[in-house]
Amino acid sequence: MAPTDIDLEVTVPTHTRYLALIGNIAELLVREIEEYAGDRETLAYHLNLVLTEALANAIEHSMCCSPKQKLRVHIHVEGESLCIQVYDQGTGFDLDAVPQPDFDQLDERGRGIFFIRTLMDSVNYHRDSNGNCLEMHMKLARHS
Amino acid sequence: MNITVENADNKTLISLKEERIDAHNSLELKDFLQKLLENGQHLLIVDLAAVRFIDSSGLGALLSGYKNANLRQGSLILTGLQPRVHSMFELTRLHRVFEIYSSLDEALAASREVNAHGANRH
Repeated sequence: MAPTDIDLEVTVPTHTRYLALIGNIAELLVREIEEYAGDRETLAYHLNLVLTEALANAIEHSMCCSPKQKLRVHIHVEGESLCIQVYDQGTGFDLDAVPQPDFDQLDERGRGIFFIRTLMDSVNYHRDSNGNCLEMHMKLARHS
Repeated sequence: MNITVENADNKTLISLKEERIDAHNSLELKDFLQKLLENGQHLLIVDLAAVRFIDSSGLGALLSGYKNANLRQGSLILTGLQPRVHSMFELTRLHRVFEIYSSLDEALAASREVNAHGANRH
């Protein structure tokens, strides 16, 4: 790892009370990204939101399972690359089947994945040996 | 959830004293608004000045209140949005749905107009 790279891993119980903790960690992490060329406060809000939505989604898909289950968050910043992985042990879902919201319909739900897709450059959902993983990537503007 | 409610002149001012509205407290907000409406308080002004962060479930809770107010020929209007909170409404086009006022005075004046006409705008 280069001296300016960041690798952070946090594990929390599967409960919404930890959304603020993880969101706030993301905001603090943004302060530590050296030479960031964009608006730091906006990036902080966006990462807070993306993680909040990803965790809330994972919690929703874990409710059928044991309350002892954990959520694992992995954030990796390397050069201009930011990668966030959110792991859960739940039933999983089909990301490709989640539609774009219809803005003419005033549905109360269905904007969480939209936020993630809009604010991140790429999103995928897969299952590996650690469980279900929502993986999100963003290219960071950094001064060279 | 920390909420203060003031009633005056047939209007209800709801001040959300939470820094975050997310999936941990949005259901409570939704139920709170629903109960106010069921109790006959149909002109709701929600002051979000203290709210620094809102997620999709928070937007959903406010939208639920908005729709339920309209069903009762009432209104739910918003004021005090911080810039990044406002940008979440813009991103989801909900700024075209809600009446959003930059100050509480403007929101109260708008609510007075609604009250005087007794009509629902949408």
